Amino acid sequence: MIPAKFDYVRPGSVDEAVQALQQGGEDAKILAGGQSLLPVLRLRMAAPSVVIDLGGIPELRRIGEDDQYVMVGAMATHHEVMRNDLVKAHVELIAQATETVADPQVRHRGTLGGALAHADPAGDLGAAALALDAEFVILGSGGTRLVPAAEFFQDYFTTAIGEGEILTMVRFPKRSGWKTHYEKFNRVAQAWSMVAVAVALKVDGGTISEARVGLTNMGNVPIRATGVERALVGQQAGPDVAKAAAEHALEGTSAPSDADAASDYREHLAKVLTGRAVLAAAG
Amino acid sequence: MTTTAEPTTTSEIGKARVRKEDQRLITGRSRYTDSITPSGTLHIAVVRSTLARATISSIDKSEAEKAPGVHGVFTAADLGAEEIGLPCAWPVTPDQKAPQRPVLAVGRVNFSGEGVAVVVARSAAAARDAAELVEVDYEPLDPVLDMEAASKEGAELVHPDLGTNVSATWVFDSGEAGSGGSVADAIKAAEADDDQIVVRRRFRQQRLIPGFMEPRSCVVDPTGEQLTIWAATQVPHILRTMTTVTLGVPESKLRVIAPDVGGGFGGKIGVLPEEMLCVLLAQKLNRPVKWTETRSECMLTAHHGRDQIQDLTISAKKDGTITGLDVHLLADMGSYLGLVGPGVPILGAFMFNAIYKIPAYKFTCSNVFTNKTLTDAYRGAGRPEATFGIERMMDELAVELGRDPMELREQNWIAHDEFPFTTVATLTYDSGNYEQATQRAMELIDYAGLRREQEERRRSGDPVQLGIGISTFTEMCGLAPSRVLGSLDYGAGGWEAASIRMLATGKVEVTTGASAHGQGHETAFSQIVADKLGVPFEDVEILHGDTQVSPKGLDTYGSRSLVVGGIAIVNAADKVIEKAKKIAAHLLEASEDDLEFANGQFSVKGTDKGKAIQEIAFATFMAHDYPEGMEPSLDSDAVFDPENFSFPHGTHLCAMEVDAETGRVNLRKYVCVDDIGNVINPLIVEGQVHGGLAQGIAQALYEEANYDDQGTLVNATFVDYTIPSAADLPSFTTETVATPATTNALGVKGVGEAGTIASTPAIVNGVLDAIRHLGVTEIEMPTTSQRVWKALQEARGHKAQETPSDTHSPGAGLGSIDPNNPQGEVQ
Repeated sequence: MIPAKFDYVRPGSVDEAVQALQQGGEDAKILAGGQSLLPVLRLRMAAPSVVIDLGGIPELRRIGEDDQYVMVGAMATHHEVMRNDLVKAHVELIAQATETVADPQVRHRGTLGGALAHADPAGDLGAAALALDAEFVILGSGGTRLVPAAEFFQDYFTTAIGEGEILTMVRFPKRSGWKTHYEKFNRVAQAWSMVAVAVALKVDGGTISEARVGLTNMGNVPIRATGVERALVGQQAGPDVAKAAAEHALEGTSAPSDADAASDYREHLAKVLTGRAVLAAAG
Repeated sequence: MTTTAEPTTTSEIGKARVRKEDQRLITGRSRYTDSITPSGTLHIAVVRSTLARATISSIDKSEAEKAPGVHGVFTAADLGAEEIGLPCAWPVTPDQKAPQRPVLAVGRVNFSGEGVAVVVARSAAAARDAAELVEVDYEPLDPVLDMEAASKEGAELVHPDLGTNVSATWVFDSGEAGSGGSVADAIKAAEADDDQIVVRRRFRQQRLIPGFMEPRSCVVDPTGEQLTIWAATQVPHILRTMTTVTLGVPESKLRVIAPDVGGGFGGKIGVLPEEMLCVLLAQKLNRPVKWTETRSECMLTAHHGRDQIQDLTISAKKDGTITGLDVHLLADMGSYLGLVGPGVPILGAFMFNAIYKIPAYKFTCSNVFTNKTLTDAYRGAGRPEATFGIERMMDELAVELGRDPMELREQNWIAHDEFPFTTVATLTYDSGNYEQATQRAMELIDYAGLRREQEERRRSGDPVQLGIGISTFTEMCGLAPSRVLGSLDYGAGGWEAASIRMLATGKVEVTTGASAHGQGHETAFSQIVADKLGVPFEDVEILHGDTQVSPKGLDTYGSRSLVVGGIAIVNAADKVIEKAKKIAAHLLEASEDDLEFANGQFSVKGTDKGKAIQEIAFATFMAHDYPEGMEPSLDSDAVFDPENFSFPHGTHLCAMEVDAETGRVNLRKYVCVDDIGNVINPLIVEGQVHGGLAQGIAQALYEEANYDDQGTLVNATFVDYTIPSAADLPSFTTETVATPATTNALGVKGVGEAGTIASTPAIVNGVLDAIRHLGVTEIEMPTTSQRVWKALQEARGHKAQETPSDTHSPGAGLGSIDPNNPQGEVQ
């Protein structure tokens, strides 16, 4: 289908992008891969006056590191992220979640920053980013600010990115050697998550010393399953421990009821999948 | 793929040739209708109803007319089209109720998506923009959505002037036809007899969306001697005739071209309101006019498939012998009758008895109107519904009798030495060997081993349970003997036409009326002609899809291209050889009786004298020396009208894993052994089977068109309407065995629909077989993980919520993005 008319801007730097965004005002939209925006435009469910394409800013695609963090540019594609050695070595959970996103065509176009800023509760990266304590680098006219994952996701399709601001980078604390797994449940291979569970465990001599668990599509935003985490820490990873911990999976959730799944089914799945994800991560 | 009939090395027939049309099609060099834009073309966008049932109080075109690039905005009244009705060519009963199906709504709308007005503009974008400016005021009416409620007396009427929602009720009764006993008597007897049982079940055939790749499109150019219609259609010839019937344009003034057409699956068999609109507008404006739909328009308005409620009763002796089958169907037509829509469920009447010897049979089908998109042919058309019904019932009967379901089938099926066999539904199956296909399929899947594994998993309480799905299907295809179609009041014959032109240089042009839209006709037909005429495969061109090139034909549907169109080509080739032989005899100064023809060579028996068919073609072109009383031409036409349907069959088996914790269904292995007679091109056959399986499995596991209580289709995108991809399906094990058809010269049967017809019941039987011991007796299609889980919950005595199928899931993103939520970042 054909989108409604809009102006198109392709800035060459982040500063130009911020400027264009501020000029565009309320009706401006950022194009960051376009795997959700373009269908919405084509279905005429959105009619922005100007579309600002971040695809022409090479620095936004960089993936780098320092001692503490792996830093992923917001415009790194899913494909680049999941194949990146730094990501695989230090934040493997992100690579695992990214591999489950849609299909190869989408993963070659869609971007990490675009998906996180879109904040679809059924998107796969939010739960993983939350579980890993990711930090979001947001640029506005007043400069850069850093927002922790716990504060980034605010509501259904709503994040801490303010008007006139751009997400430029996400940095992930290195968790080298952690055992991780992303357990996704969906209807067909390329579909969004009905429910999914992201698990990262630090295991020392068979005992779980730290645990991070994030849930996808169990509320308006990705949810950190702290009850599950507490139940795991200090335990030997095994089926009984995983099952007992999974009983805490619903704490703080408010599962939606929709065409994909009624809420009781989602709640049931969240528990089963949490148990399985913990076991799979512990290996 | 292997075949039991080993192809000979010199023969083209049987060779697994890569399709010669694919280079172009898969590298984007194809030419679809939307690629065709004559100079001066105007583009249209249709303003569509957002309500399922309403009266139109006003249409305000003024803003749209002022929009940039707009040439005009028209309603049915503006076009003088209020009396025009789109054709239904299959009045299944003499008293069938058929409403007028308008090109644009007149006064009222009857389904969500129905065209209300049309915008004509200089570009498609301008037309789309302006379409949003047309203000339509509606008085909403309560939509009629439930076919069963709609079929009852006193129901709210979709078309009040018809006085009923039941368009027609079609009945076949073997007692009355003399082909069997009375099923009422059989059931009554069974009920009164302790040594017999009666099993009653209700199945639901959900509504499906065909989902062909290329959305529909048409271009009409009125500026030539003939008005030219390019259309993304399966049926260019039928479209030409029906355009004449609908609009009164003389047939001789029409040229229809189906250029490359990107799939159809029955979904492009119609005569569309938009096609007729384009003709009307092109005539009115004297400019070429183009329409290309969007994917959502396609899903909303292109005809849907299936949608039946099936009430089935089977009676049997306790030893397993079936004594009667009673079939009662309700079929949802949607709001209007499609071109052949009313006949689609009726085709099932001949197939519910399937491969079994059933002594008493009755089939009753009521076609019902609702305020939904109309239904019509979709891959298999009537036969998948019937096959599903009977194959599910065979499993149910086996469960009730405590029998192995395969053994029960064998007890009742027609044995290979009983062919030809005339069925209770009056068809004569010419050939088949159910034992052979079944034995091979059971070997390939290791049936006994799977049963052992199933036992073991049950015993150990494995969270993943195993089920074995069975479908021993047959179908009638190769539509169809014209006289049979006549007896069914079908509005056309079932013949097919071909012609062969021998060019001066010995190359061959073949025209066929069976217009391909992705099937591989160009390759398979070339193989046949190369063999028949003894010319190289590369020297044969297959021409089709243009009424100036192949003026005569009845197009492609119902697995008819090879078994009807292919035989027409064979007959035309025989005529070429006959003529060439006369000229060869003349040139070789020999008697025709002394000539033999093999590998493209006419030779005088017992000598080394001979002439190649290419030489004869050149000599005929030169015409310097040819027999008295003969025309200097080898060119030949043939029209073939089949004497019978063809009856492919096969045994499809699958291993279904069901995760009893999550409800997840996993198709672990799928094996099918199809008997489609002789095979022209095994690679094309394998492709047809694979694609067919994917579509049939999709009905069992993935697809369903959902309407909300206002009659709005809620999953009109491919995000929400879940079509499986390769990643969702295993690698299929497909084989063929060959019991050649005895009713055509090539011994071939159709294959285009086999996979779709067979696979749906195999999958559902397998899912139920996996968890029946946990108390689950029925799961509606598609058997999604949630439905399986819910059935398990209920079997365990727990409650489970209803799924709100009209609420978009957040993950299904597109439907859920709230345009009123400006803070929502969409990137």
